[in-house]
Amino acid sequence: MYGFEALTFNIHGGYLEAIVRGHRARLLTAADYNNLCQCETLEDIKMHLSATEYGPYLQNEPSPLHTTTIVEKCTLKLVDDYKHMLCQATEPLSTFLEYITYGHMIDNVVLIVTGTLHERDVQELLEKCHPLGMFDSIASLAVAQNMRELYRLVLVDTPLAPYFSDCITSEDLDDMNIEIMRNTLYKAYLEDFYKFCQKLGGATAEIMSDLLAFEADRRAVNITINSIGTELTRDDRKKLYSNFGLLYPYGHEELAVSEDIDQVRAVMEKYPPYQSIFAKLSFGESQMLDKAFNEEEVKRLCLAFDQQFHYAVFFAYMRLREQEVRNLMWISECVAQNQKSRVHDSVVFIF
Amino acid sequence: MDAMSSSAMLSEASSWSRALVKISPYTFSAVGIAISIGVSVLGAAWGIYITGSSLIGAAIKEPRITSKNLISVIFCEAVAIYGVIVAIILQTKLESVPQASIYAPESLRAGYAIFASGIIVGFANLVCGLCVGIIGSSCALSDAQNSTLFVKILVIEIFGSALGLFGVIVGIIMSAQASWPSKV
Repeated sequence: MYGFEALTFNIHGGYLEAIVRGHRARLLTAADYNNLCQCETLEDIKMHLSATEYGPYLQNEPSPLHTTTIVEKCTLKLVDDYKHMLCQATEPLSTFLEYITYGHMIDNVVLIVTGTLHERDVQELLEKCHPLGMFDSIASLAVAQNMRELYRLVLVDTPLAPYFSDCITSEDLDDMNIEIMRNTLYKAYLEDFYKFCQKLGGATAEIMSDLLAFEADRRAVNITINSIGTELTRDDRKKLYSNFGLLYPYGHEELAVSEDIDQVRAVMEKYPPYQSIFAKLSFGESQMLDKAFNEEEVKRLCLAFDQQFHYAVFFAYMRLREQEVRNLMWISECVAQNQKSRVHDSVVFIF
Repeated sequence: MDAMSSSAMLSEASSWSRALVKISPYTFSAVGIAISIGVSVLGAAWGIYITGSSLIGAAIKEPRITSKNLISVIFCEAVAIYGVIVAIILQTKLESVPQASIYAPESLRAGYAIFASGIIVGFANLVCGLCVGIIGSSCALSDAQNSTLFVKILVIEIFGSALGLFGVIVGIIMSAQASWPSKV
């Protein structure tokens, strides 16, 4: 019953909720980012990070640092936090936490299949995979020739199996198909996650609906913008949009027929929550769209922490950490390539 | 004479009220005492686990909050102590009456008074324990992030724990006038 979760939530979730709030309090602040943005070399970045939660992960790295190392170690911290929470969690929190990683699994699958198509070595690809999305038989993805084999050999045993019903064809895999496969899987995953949250009910359902709806709408806009000018037909494009969210169904109708950015903008400005995002961009510009979306997402994720006794704080923390790692990657790249003037192009402050 | 006229009056009432009146006042008293202690302890335990689980998790990253936030646990515990005190007071009010006057109106009144007192104290302490527990959990989490918030949230908890006190006061007043008929 919504409103009375405070009575029983703490039986199973109280300890982990307190832990995740403790992690959230340790996210990097604007002051930390200012210090990092003024670093000259990657060694300075490592020194600044040693005072934060990332210290133990970076201190043993040998001297010529690369940005990929920094990003890898910081991601390791996220993975450790996640695994600690997952092993303490009971149902239904453990299923909820597992759902958070399915997006990374989809990305890893697509990475390995694309890499194999371009004749890359499997080991090299495995190192690039996101650690949260690993599963046991991932290496055997390199063997599959088409989607049906992909499903039959490897994916039927993974949690992604139910998402494949829409996209099994016998065509050979190529770049276009793989992108369509990625988006179809992601669509099925978001809808499944949405239904699961609705089933949980209460504050979790309400807050997660909002967060997932924003995710679905954001992906719809990105799919539209990325498929302008490609051979993706309008019907195919419409099939890739999730069927929930603020834009469903009328916004999707209009987005499906959009042929350039200004038409997309016209569609989105009819929806007040997205009007503010598109107002920040001047006409014809789409590079800052990602940053605008990220800022809006961070704002909503921080709001999830205002209410107690629900599971959305776990989802919000994981996303905020990922955003932080992206920030660190951008800052490290700017510092390593000596382009510090562009640092603020893509860094989103969380606090 | 009194017993006969009272039962003559009651024979016109419904069969349920006749059944209720035939339950011994000792039963009502004993159930009242049980509820006073049992449900109070339920409320206290519920409040303590709600606060305690959040406190333990938050104290991992911020160990400084543990000593101050034990006050929340103490407020919850006080609720159980109220229940014990009232149960002891109520059980001293129980007296034996002669067989003939078990169903006398005076006896019934005493039995109902003790029962009501037990329910008042039990349920007031149940909600008080819940209230203090939930506030204590939020207090621990807020204190971990911003230590200036602790004292302000403590004031909310003090108001919450006053609810149990109201229940105890009314319960004791109810039970004070529970007088069994004298042995004749």
